[in-house]
Amino acid sequence: MNLAEGVQIVSFGILGVMMIGTALGVVLLPKIVHSAFLLAGVFISISGLYILLNADFVAAAQILVYVGAVNVLILFAIMLVNKQEDYAKLPGRLIRKVATAVVCFGLFALLGTMVLVTPWSLDSTSPAVVENTVIALGEHFFSDYLLPFELASVLLLMAMVGAIILARRDLIPESLATVDTISTSLTLPERPRELATLSSDNEPQN
Amino acid sequence: MELEYFLLLAAALFCIGIYGLITSRNAVRVLMSIELMLNAVNLNLVGFSNYLDPSNIRGQVFSVFVITVAAAEAAVGLAIVLAIYRNRDTIDMEQFNLLKW
Repeated sequence: MNLAEGVQIVSFGILGVMMIGTALGVVLLPKIVHSAFLLAGVFISISGLYILLNADFVAAAQILVYVGAVNVLILFAIMLVNKQEDYAKLPGRLIRKVATAVVCFGLFALLGTMVLVTPWSLDSTSPAVVENTVIALGEHFFSDYLLPFELASVLLLMAMVGAIILARRDLIPESLATVDTISTSLTLPERPRELATLSSDNEPQN
Repeated sequence: MELEYFLLLAAALFCIGIYGLITSRNAVRVLMSIELMLNAVNLNLVGFSNYLDPSNIRGQVFSVFVITVAAAEAAVGLAIVLAIYRNRDTIDMEQFNLLKW
């Protein structure tokens, strides 16, 4: 074992322990904000593992998309639904947790034996054949994976429009439409918050 | 470094994600568990791409697609959680009995 392999193994161990520890923290910690910040730790350690696997572009995309976008989005959602509620006790919840843990351990044992038993047909060529992964990925995207690439852009557009439609507030009911005085062409037909609370006091939710 | 280490790590992350998906009661934490599972899948794809197909990295292409779909899923899922919270005034998964017979 030379120095490079030793460095690889040590960094793999550090990143793996960090990833599993932060993932357990995401699932098990009682406060949701702590688990949201630990989720960034999971993403960053997975990005380090990608660098160990010679995938530099995917590592950069992981940090940009997950830590920069998804994690911030989750933090915003936590702040928007920030409600300290004590969950009602349910009977048989401990049994459910234990059963789920047993099933997950069984699944992990199954996957682990499958991974260890299967003879993987490892490629004997050196992984440094592709010297620039960005160029190779770009050639793939615009030659043989062009249709999935375009479909992914359409999917992103649909998700953006769908998220806006789902998360915006209710439309103005007809009775309150005249109350709204200032309406330029740039304002969306939403009802403001104070009117929303007033109308929900007066009339029951449909 | 062997392929099996990465696959075992990804399997452990996937199982942690399944545990969090089933047992957590906060709806946002359910979405975070789904993100964990998608990341485990990505780790598998990049590992296979490095060890089984190093000259022609198709696994990384698929992992980029999975990252795209995961971002779209996170946006739509959090919008659904916000809509349910606005209607029901709770984020307890046990009280979401819509679509339940």
